[in-house]
Amino acid sequence: MSQATVKEVLFNPIFNNNPIGLQILGICSALAVTSNLKTALVMSIALTLVTAFSSMFISMIRSQIPSSIRMIVQMVIIASLVIVVDQVLKAYAFALSKQLSVFVGLIITNCIVMGRAEAFAMQNPPVLSFFDGIGNGLGYSAMLIALGIVRELFGAGKLMGYTILPVINDGGWYLPNGLLLLPPSAFFLIGLFIWALRSWKREQVESPSYRMAPQVSSKEAY
Amino acid sequence: MEHYISLFLRAVFVENMALAFFLGMCTFIAISKKVETAIGLGIAVVVVQAITVPANNLIYTYLLKSGALAWAGLPEVDLSFLGLLSYIGVIAAIVQILEMLLDKYVPSLYNALGVFLPLITVNCAIMGGTLFMVERDYTAAESVVYGFGSGISWALAIMLLAGIREKLKYSDVPQGLQGLGITFITIGLMSLGFMSFSGVQL
Repeated sequence: MSQATVKEVLFNPIFNNNPIGLQILGICSALAVTSNLKTALVMSIALTLVTAFSSMFISMIRSQIPSSIRMIVQMVIIASLVIVVDQVLKAYAFALSKQLSVFVGLIITNCIVMGRAEAFAMQNPPVLSFFDGIGNGLGYSAMLIALGIVRELFGAGKLMGYTILPVINDGGWYLPNGLLLLPPSAFFLIGLFIWALRSWKREQVESPSYRMAPQVSSKEAY
Repeated sequence: MEHYISLFLRAVFVENMALAFFLGMCTFIAISKKVETAIGLGIAVVVVQAITVPANNLIYTYLLKSGALAWAGLPEVDLSFLGLLSYIGVIAAIVQILEMLLDKYVPSLYNALGVFLPLITVNCAIMGGTLFMVERDYTAAESVVYGFGSGISWALAIMLLAGIREKLKYSDVPQGLQGLGITFITIGLMSLGFMSFSGVQL
């Protein structure tokens, strides 16, 4: 890891090492805020900024942090950044911050931020950590925006609040799929996205933990 | 008493942390391969949750809420913007103490939980529990019940999932869906099932 370049840490997380698709980090908010594209976008931007800056600051003081209290130090840095984001959202986009409510606060506990701080920023210099944070934020954003588009377009026939597919209730032709607005649909969609991603990037496929014995044909059995 | 029992049942089933609010998903998925580790982690979460929610409730009522500092002669001070920072501080401290205790007394569980023990700090279920407690203005007694109940709800969900996944590994899953993909779809189905509790009035 020590010889990683800026380009690698910036682009690897998007497809090769997607935080949601492969590292299993940061899924909670991916489910709750993606029922429309706008909140998904705001959430992505907020998370990318917080990850990037927290990685940078933690990496700056990484040799001063005693390992037994490292989590508290990391949490304090992350929480301060999130409070800043929260206050900025409240000041300039109040309606949006009401919609996101608890989930801005929950950026603190988003595993991506903490996971990158723990796994990358504690061993790497500040600039590299900064780009690693941006890269992972982008990987998360890619997944979130994809989910937001699918859910809002097919669940409500809209994108960013503009009608794309006129729904039947308003005299159009499209019968919206209500399930897509409910949270469980995000699970199915993420599952399908992972399937698509892994059919494309074969090396990410997990080997099955148990393999069935090949079927013995009926003639040989006798 | 009846009030507390219904609060407890609501926290466990109707407002299940993992399957109705989708909090704590990262650890939920990563640690649910074996029933034993799932039980270990579930117990850890119950313990942490049952301590942190009441602790944060006390901090909120006596230090942060607007007008809470009246006992110190500062009735106009409103420190609620420091809420996020102090809650997470309490959670991180308790997890760190738990980590040290486990390392010393139960090393097998410590090794099994590995990197995910520090990640309990960032388990959204813990933080989410505290935020919901603040949002709903629970009293001290209610917060004890709620903390315990929501911890149990998360532990219950992860044990159920681990049970399903242990059986699921014998089934013939399409290649790309192997592992993570099929787990997501399983959780989706489980949460659809748990949505049926949402109509229950207690």
